[in-house]
Amino acid sequence: MATLVNPKHNRIGLEPADYKGGRTTLCAGCGHNAISERIIDACYESGIDPQRVIKLSGIGCSSKSPAYFLNRAFGFNAVHGRMPSIATGALAANAGMLGIGVSGDGDTVSIGIGQFIHSMRRNLPMVYIIEDNGVYGLTKGQFSATADLGSTLKTGVSNDLPPLDTCALAILAGATFVARSFSGDKRQLLAILKAALAHRGTAMLDVISPCVTFNDHEGSTKSYKYVKEHEEALQEVDFIPAAGDIQVEYEPGTAVEVTLHDGSRLLLRKLGHDFDPASKTAALDVLTRAHANGEVLTGVFYVDAAKPDFNSLLNLVDEPLATLPEDRVRPPQSVLAGIMQELS
Amino acid sequence: MEAVAPPVIGELVNDFSLQVASVNGSGSQSSNLVVLRTMFQMGIPVSGKNLFPSNIAGLPTWYTIRASRRHYIGRKQDADFLVALNPETAQEDVAGLIPGAAVVYDQPLQLEKQRTDLIFYPVPFDKLVTGIAADAKLRKLVRTMIYVGVLAHLLQMDIAEVETAVRRQFRRKPKAADLNWAAVRAGLDYARQNLVKRDRCRLERMHETAGQIIIDGNTAAALGCMFAGVTVAAWYPITPSSSLCESLIDLLRKHRIDPATGKATFAVIQAEDELAAVGMVLGAGWMGARAMTSTSGPGISLMAEFAGLGYYAEIPAVIFDIQRVGPSTGLPTRTAQGDIGCIAQLSHGDTRHLMLFPGSVAECYEHAIAAFDLAEQLQTPVFVLSDLDLGMNNWISPAFQYPARPLQRGKVLTADDLNRLGEFARYRDVDGDGIPWRTLPGTAHRNAAYFTRGSGHNDRAQYSERPHDYAGNMDRLRRKFETARALVPPAVRERAGAGRVGVIAFGSSHYPVLEALDQLQEEAGIAAGYLRLRAFPFGPEVAAFVGAHEVIFVVEQNRDGQMLDVLKTDLAPEMAPRLQPVRCYDGLPIAARAISREIEAHLALLAPGMLARNAAKQT
Repeated sequence: MATLVNPKHNRIGLEPADYKGGRTTLCAGCGHNAISERIIDACYESGIDPQRVIKLSGIGCSSKSPAYFLNRAFGFNAVHGRMPSIATGALAANAGMLGIGVSGDGDTVSIGIGQFIHSMRRNLPMVYIIEDNGVYGLTKGQFSATADLGSTLKTGVSNDLPPLDTCALAILAGATFVARSFSGDKRQLLAILKAALAHRGTAMLDVISPCVTFNDHEGSTKSYKYVKEHEEALQEVDFIPAAGDIQVEYEPGTAVEVTLHDGSRLLLRKLGHDFDPASKTAALDVLTRAHANGEVLTGVFYVDAAKPDFNSLLNLVDEPLATLPEDRVRPPQSVLAGIMQELS
Repeated sequence: MEAVAPPVIGELVNDFSLQVASVNGSGSQSSNLVVLRTMFQMGIPVSGKNLFPSNIAGLPTWYTIRASRRHYIGRKQDADFLVALNPETAQEDVAGLIPGAAVVYDQPLQLEKQRTDLIFYPVPFDKLVTGIAADAKLRKLVRTMIYVGVLAHLLQMDIAEVETAVRRQFRRKPKAADLNWAAVRAGLDYARQNLVKRDRCRLERMHETAGQIIIDGNTAAALGCMFAGVTVAAWYPITPSSSLCESLIDLLRKHRIDPATGKATFAVIQAEDELAAVGMVLGAGWMGARAMTSTSGPGISLMAEFAGLGYYAEIPAVIFDIQRVGPSTGLPTRTAQGDIGCIAQLSHGDTRHLMLFPGSVAECYEHAIAAFDLAEQLQTPVFVLSDLDLGMNNWISPAFQYPARPLQRGKVLTADDLNRLGEFARYRDVDGDGIPWRTLPGTAHRNAAYFTRGSGHNDRAQYSERPHDYAGNMDRLRRKFETARALVPPAVRERAGAGRVGVIAFGSSHYPVLEALDQLQEEAGIAAGYLRLRAFPFGPEVAAFVGAHEVIFVVEQNRDGQMLDVLKTDLAPEMAPRLQPVRCYDGLPIAARAISREIEAHLALLAPGMLARNAAKQT
């Protein structure tokens, strides 16, 4: 784990208060609040300047959460499912900013699946978090496209369609850091978030985040109880920041106890150290097997640090495009004269 | 413009329309452009219009070239000269001609049997082309160029100018230039030896194109974007707008790569759809970039939700709509002005959008520059409504002027400003003009950040459901729209007029309207005033014009009189009855004759006395 030199200040001299957000208006006990807290912790511990962060979201409960962390970062609450396009334009306009996108399973996997896939394909340099509860919370409890086959709503309606696996989709589409965690798994989520913040390219995190109001009951496969009983961590993720360079370290082990936010403890079985997060096929294989076994597999499935991100492909000048001065964006009169000559 | 001597009776000197009927993908476009360029080089005002199918190859296409000594560069309703190269449509093409028209055609088609009131010039294209190239593939490519030589003889083109135009057309392929020139020569020699001139069309050197250029509106708009300092362009291909962004890409690669580093001062992103394209533009505009996209009707429909966000969250964006025929897929390769009503209030809730209406290729360029300034000054999406006729067809124009004014970046607060002010509220109307101040993401100040949202917000950009916050914000947005009236390009009084009749038009209707006004003056003695709209919201000059005329014809290329409706919502209610619609919506570029005929018919019903008086004055 990262050790802090001074618990009151991080390495850029900011206090935890500098990373706070507004007061949450989500339900008490909502998994999303825990994720916001981990984002605050991860940014603080990583020494990220909140003024260099843009936090973006779509529409839904999850998408409200950027208001609850990093008040000093610019926020953009876009339209439903279209956060990736806002992020794409914003990050092209100022490639020096750090993008953190927060979406939900409804926002990403239904209405926004096109933009999701294409942002992964572009390897857009940002952290893309899906707060995944398998249900439309803000419209009071309809199935989303990540709801498991056979899960039931409070009203007793059963889901007849299989879920889409965002991690598998992200890997296939071209994301270069793909992980799944659980909102109640403080330590793993923090470590994955810190690694994601350091990654250059799309870091896609699907965070199972049970809905305490509409999807935390018997019959829901995204309830606290279900996840606790079925979560299987792929590996213990530790995160060691080094000077200018950050690595993810995978420590194989036998068993680990994880304390969930509600105080209960979960014994996670871990896979052996033969798992290779550099292999797409291995990642898809473990994900497919987990589905077959009814397990929620967590951990970092895939990392490719070598693939160029989208902004590198754009071959942009070093300065932000947004604020280039006039003499660098308006060609001189001689250029127009030359073009007019050609057309005459 | 120099004084124009009246033509010999019956002869059409520099005043006719030539139609070339061919198959798309057959290479006829090069031949058409050579004819167009030749006339241009001969100093004759000319325009070229391509009527093409929504298809890549093998379907009928018509290219119309109009020479006009009087600078009428709109479409002429009837062709005076036909080049019939497409066996599929030849009979129909000939059947549609006015008596006395001439036809150059492929001899085996035997079109001369079809009508007795036309002048026929048979040309054995296949026989002539065999002498030019041995390779069948090459023969196919240069076959249509033969018609250029035939026309050069019949229309009395300057042969040296024809050769210049051919060599220019193939300036990067000298071998192709030689081959094509040989084809022109073959046509010319054949015509000289075999065809006796009997038709009325003839060209004569003028001096009306000095200092002029030939360009299409999409390329012109792309030039405008580049000189406006665009930094982010996101687009999704759609006819007829694709060539705008494609031209822009070429221009930016040529002129906007930093010579010191070899890196780009721009980002062009081909999006996955129009929703993403406009989302990228808004993201970039929010960040402070000059961002644009270009689309057509179906794309506008898709962009509706984001347009509302841009309006409500107050984000600069420039959106070109190269209008085509709707609704739905409509006619993708035909022209219309059918998106005005939709865009004026694009998206749900109370929205009002700025629209610019370029009326020429020069204005495609100028309005592009203005659009970026307006978008940042007013912090809102600005729509530039061009159309297929303006965007994809070739127009002559005076050379474009370098922008006189520096970039207008609008109200942006820096970290220093924030230190000085001590307080920042994103949506507060501190200046009373409805335009708030903004900060750009990345501004190094602890008070710089704010939360942009499409949900209800107070003046500090905080989420709010309070009635007062909501209504106050909407009222301020309305004030901002009022401020826009003085900032947008004002309407232009193109013709003073001398009576009670006025005409309002805009966009690609402009040149046909000028011609129609001459027709009304010369044929019916009606000296109508003409106001050309260039933007919405309208300035006070629009209400003044309407107030000064008893009947105002609003000319537009849609079925429902969309601009007329927008005018009605903006003018005092008692003004509305003065407005009369003149609508053309067959997908073809609007023609002067259709306008003048409809105005005369209206006047005969509305004010028969006025027509009679004018007729009496004439005689």
